[in-house]
Amino acid sequence: MFIASDDIFHKVWILAKTLNPMENEHQFNELQTVRLKVNGEQHELLLLPWVSLLDALREHLDLTGTKKGCDHGQCGACTVLCDGKRILSCLTLAVLKEGAEITTIEGVVRGNQLHPLQQAFIDHDAFQCGYCTPGQICSAIGLFKEGKAKTREDVKELMSGNLCRCGANIGIIDAIMEVKDGGMYE
Amino acid sequence: MNSFAFLRAETASEAVKALNTKAQAAFIAGGTNLIDIWKYNLTHPELLVDINRLADCRAIIEKADGGLRLGALVTNADTAYHPLIESRYPLLSKAILAGASAQIRNMATDGGNLLQRTRCYYFYDANAPCNKRVSGSGCAAINGYNRIHAILGASEHCIAVFPSDMCVALAALAAVVNVTGPNGDRNIAFADFHRLPGDQPERDNNLQYGELITSIDLPVKGFEQNYSYLKLRDRQSYAFALVSVATGLELDGDVITEARIALGGVAHKPWRAKEAEELLKGKPATPENFAKAAAVILQGAKGYKHNSFKIELAKRAIIRNGMMALHPQSQRPGAQPSL
Repeated sequence: MFIASDDIFHKVWILAKTLNPMENEHQFNELQTVRLKVNGEQHELLLLPWVSLLDALREHLDLTGTKKGCDHGQCGACTVLCDGKRILSCLTLAVLKEGAEITTIEGVVRGNQLHPLQQAFIDHDAFQCGYCTPGQICSAIGLFKEGKAKTREDVKELMSGNLCRCGANIGIIDAIMEVKDGGMYE
Repeated sequence: MNSFAFLRAETASEAVKALNTKAQAAFIAGGTNLIDIWKYNLTHPELLVDINRLADCRAIIEKADGGLRLGALVTNADTAYHPLIESRYPLLSKAILAGASAQIRNMATDGGNLLQRTRCYYFYDANAPCNKRVSGSGCAAINGYNRIHAILGASEHCIAVFPSDMCVALAALAAVVNVTGPNGDRNIAFADFHRLPGDQPERDNNLQYGELITSIDLPVKGFEQNYSYLKLRDRQSYAFALVSVATGLELDGDVITEARIALGGVAHKPWRAKEAEELLKGKPATPENFAKAAAVILQGAKGYKHNSFKIELAKRAIIRNGMMALHPQSQRPGAQPSL
């Protein structure tokens, strides 16, 4: 699939696609302007209303760190932070997030330094295939901000929306507990 | 392409007006259920009206009568963790936290929670007959794999269950749903909000087309001293209930002066049996008395090929949860029961 990285080129592409009656009928007036601040950078997108936030990030902004697993809110691979809260980007429309501030896995690094959770995931062997990892890390950052998890049991319960099919869950909880107990997450 | 037009409303009246310009339109707030169903091609709205900017529906406020009003757009997470909900309606907080995942609770709204569609496999399978999805097409669940289905209040047309946890607590608390619509505002008692399938299973609730939930009122009585929410399911987290029980008690010593018991996962709506609650009044809170109440609640229960186990499961859950309500402080944070 063709992905335009240049913004104006991108809009032209969407317009052309939209105006092509073979592909889409009468949808021109349904294009929506969506402003999103993603990882600190302001973007203005022209999107059809049914584009999910996940597809906007991956297909329109080229931020493919956020993963599409089930696309139905069951696996947590698409977890991002929206105005500081962890959400599932597959179950919301980009247009509903007009004006929001989004953080994806691409935005959690601190300069050249890995986020403490990224380092802890490496140290604790908290992944095999790595497909769930961006969602796990964004989810854990949200978990820390919420401040409700006190114990390991709490962390397990409050991370249950992120599935790992490789079965690295013990390493994942170990990594999160290390960062949590070290107070390294802010 | 399952396409739709989109409109962002700023006020409730604007939203209602916009929706009523189309025959097949829907409001969208959190979207966690609607977008899922839309992706499965099970719903085909011509227009989605975004109600997220409605300023009047975004707060939890104390009412003059001593109760609380939950704005329809407050998220499930913000409700469950709100200091007034945690202190005065902990049963509601526990029930919310037993449902979905942290991410979904951050998105899903209180109004939307009431409007969840069933998780019946056949409702989700566009190739299967389903009277709820396509009126008159039949019910694949009645003679199908019906392990998760209803044991109370079902009909020959539909044996689906309503999946919410939050609503089980709202039923026990006798909440009131405030709605606005093309014909003005009205209030609906929680027991009258959802409906049994009867011969119109396509209707989950008694809202009219174009009506919008604006808030949910909680009466003063919160059962904050003695309460428990028990959810039994196939895995310990992030799964829908096979059976859940919300119990609230008021006690004078050991004697029950008021009881509320509502069940989830067993019917087309949260199931509350006032007869059983009356039976417990004036009696000591013992397993024997909860067993008597359970027998009353489950009278008339009917199992199908794969779900008959739910009848006994529900009885035992009612007894266990009644005893857990005596010691709410022993419940662990999060959703897990203490026993």
